[in-house]
Amino acid sequence: MKAFSELFTRIDQTTSTNEKIDALVDYFATANTLDSIWCVAILSGRRPKRTVKAGELRDWCAEVSGLPMWLLEESYSIVGDLAETISLLLPVNTETKDHSLNTTIKSLIALQDSDEQTRKEFIMQAWRDFSPQELFIFNKLITGGFRVGVSEKIVIKALAKHFNTDENIVAHRLTGNWDANAVKLQELISAENAGDDISKPYPFYLAYPLETAVEELGDVHEWQIERKYDGIRGQIIVRDHQLFIWSRGEDLLTEKFTEFKHLIDHLPNGTVIDGEILPVKDGQLLPFHVMQTRIGRKNVTKKNLQEAPLAMICYDLLENNGTDIRHLSMQERRNILDVVLTDAKLSFPELPMMLSPTVECNDWEEVAKERLLARDMNCEGLMLKRKNSEYKSGRRRGDWWKWKVDPLSVDGVLLYAQRGHGRRANLYTDFTFAVWDGEELVPFTKAYSGLTDKELLEVDGWIKKHTKEKFGPVRSVTAELVFEIGFEGINPSPRHKSGVALRFPRILRWRKDKGIKDANTKDDLLNLLKISNG
Amino acid sequence: MLTFDNNGIYCAQARVYIDPWRPVDRAIITHAHSDHARWGMGSYLAHVHSIPVLKYRLGEDIKAEGVEYGQLVQINGVNISLHPAGHIWGSAQVRLEYKGEVWVVSGDYKLQHDETSIPFEPVKCNSFITESTFGLPIYRFPDAAVVHADINEWWRQNKAEGKNSVLVTYALGKAQRVLKQLDSSIGKIFTHGAVDNVNKLYESTIGVLPHAERITPETNRNEIAGAMIIAPPSAADTPWMRKLQPYKLGICSGWMQLRGARRRRGADRGFILSDHADWEQLNTAIKETGAENIYVTHGYKSAYAKWLQETYKLHATEVETLYAGEQADDTADIETKENKEDEGI
Repeated sequence: MKAFSELFTRIDQTTSTNEKIDALVDYFATANTLDSIWCVAILSGRRPKRTVKAGELRDWCAEVSGLPMWLLEESYSIVGDLAETISLLLPVNTETKDHSLNTTIKSLIALQDSDEQTRKEFIMQAWRDFSPQELFIFNKLITGGFRVGVSEKIVIKALAKHFNTDENIVAHRLTGNWDANAVKLQELISAENAGDDISKPYPFYLAYPLETAVEELGDVHEWQIERKYDGIRGQIIVRDHQLFIWSRGEDLLTEKFTEFKHLIDHLPNGTVIDGEILPVKDGQLLPFHVMQTRIGRKNVTKKNLQEAPLAMICYDLLENNGTDIRHLSMQERRNILDVVLTDAKLSFPELPMMLSPTVECNDWEEVAKERLLARDMNCEGLMLKRKNSEYKSGRRRGDWWKWKVDPLSVDGVLLYAQRGHGRRANLYTDFTFAVWDGEELVPFTKAYSGLTDKELLEVDGWIKKHTKEKFGPVRSVTAELVFEIGFEGINPSPRHKSGVALRFPRILRWRKDKGIKDANTKDDLLNLLKISNG
Repeated sequence: MLTFDNNGIYCAQARVYIDPWRPVDRAIITHAHSDHARWGMGSYLAHVHSIPVLKYRLGEDIKAEGVEYGQLVQINGVNISLHPAGHIWGSAQVRLEYKGEVWVVSGDYKLQHDETSIPFEPVKCNSFITESTFGLPIYRFPDAAVVHADINEWWRQNKAEGKNSVLVTYALGKAQRVLKQLDSSIGKIFTHGAVDNVNKLYESTIGVLPHAERITPETNRNEIAGAMIIAPPSAADTPWMRKLQPYKLGICSGWMQLRGARRRRGADRGFILSDHADWEQLNTAIKETGAENIYVTHGYKSAYAKWLQETYKLHATEVETLYAGEQADDTADIETKENKEDEGI
């Protein structure tokens, strides 16, 4: 844990990407191999399942520190991170013992299904053995979300440097399901073993939002224009008579999305297709909230299947007959994809897959017009892909751009505020907004992002001076500030008082020019709902 | 004997306010930070070491009287004296005694060691007015000597990597405290104009500081290579700061105890160094006064008052004031027109 803790400190004490990479490279060069694979697992979001409850940690921390629970809760609401709060409240150990990262994690995993006494003894002992910084990391391993300012990209770059290999290979090797307990870092990364895991997806190629005027992209005929669909980006893999469906977040969804099970018989082995999975009924795309009825569910009922039948709109072909074809041009890949899908359709007419239609335009003006149709078609906008582009890894600029429609927006009144977490801890940054329903203000959405750091400070100061009531971590404030809230979609929701739920709400602007009487009404929201859901 | 009104903390018997936030006839000032020492008072009474800063900030023409620690001032039967608060040089607690009853207004204070100020002196009293800037048990400040050593080590390392070190501190108090502990054998020390102005006041009032050069429009980029540069919080994200590239940014503040606070400011290093009392210091100070009534002002006042009631069974009350405590994000620091001028490099 000492070495990992030192790595963490080095990463934490710099804002430079290169220095973070160097710190990781140094760690990989010196650390025990059993530890380094866990380091990679944790930094790429593969934390083992939680075996100790957060509530237990709080109770035991109160017991050890001798502080009343309310004071611990108050402290937590200021720090915004339970692992950190606990490490700040526990007594500082004058003598410490080192436990390696991998043994610590294995011991934590072994606590699964153990009784409370066993869990408590283990945690209390660890709390006596570690230095404050190690304690923080230890707690973080339990409570999750190990975000330490290291993106997966940084880990990939460091591993590529350490193993002197290509970043794309590393990125691919890190995808999918692998078990840090069962594999060595060297084996995971080395290219000779590339064929051993048939479920492994390719890293997704992601687009940046368009940053310039669209005309600057040059000749419109060099671009393939598609709709940007609002579903779940996924990869369908058929290899060795097995089917795997991965989401972009690298969740394996094969079991949930049963519509696709027949693909094993109709797609050739060694096929990997990138596309958007979404509900399609009678040839019509259904809105995203219908999709949501399928994501959260473990057991899919017949009713689900009837109401929200899934299909994939196919964007790209990454592997054909077992060969990685990502280096071919977009156009070549699309031609092969067309053949693969046509063949499959011949043998299986109900094939729940279709080639993503292209939008044919002769100039950028036509493209701009097409973009505005997006909402009517339950789409988010357009995708612009250079016809000769290869399929890259991760989010890149240049060849692929997303060009979304402008968000919908309403003006809402700030009603409640709550302290944020992480770097926004100790600041009131999580807001609830309301619209008018007659003479009453009804909350309709929360929003966290969109203000600059400077504006956040200003609003935070305002909130502290205009608090009406405090309920635990939440404050109600005088109805006075108006903000323009942007969102991608609006759906009916019986659970919310306003009757609607917004998709991707965020703050567009602080409307200092508006008073609360200028805010929108619930009727305005219901109107938007009517318009956008037909 | 003391009450809290719209102007500040008031002693009716002596007709005097302590650290008032609105213009009043007569003010006693605990220390010269801008949230405690404001414009427009008919007269100011403060520790002798505070007077030059008060005049510098509020104008040479203010009516200001300086007294020594422990020197008795009698106003209409009230015995008033100042006692070291250990917050910054010249900072004082105000003791007021009338007919056997004793109140102490502590202003801002700390118990931690600081070479630039006289250590906090516990004063027995019936009623004690305390700040609570860091009044939660998560604030547990490391030994100042360790922090000073860390700062020097950080500087040494930055210099070895070809980087300048920019350290953000309050111009009044902390800048001098930090400067005094810098190891000048590592390299040259530079200051922002706001810091330099206060340094000069310190030197004319108290004594010499390690040599530090003020950055001016004539300062050459090459001169500052590998140097330590002390800047006030208001210099962050300014063109002035950008010209100091390549640099590593360090911030000296009690708030640096929390990762989130440090990351929000984009600092490379947070040094936990505060001129306020942390949790243990607050508890120690309050116990040593022997006071049964505690008035808790600026900070985590409700939580801290509740703690005092429950744990020490004291009559603890929260009081609304306009004091700001240690400012993490803006500058309740020394701001004059002169300081704001953009000084180039």
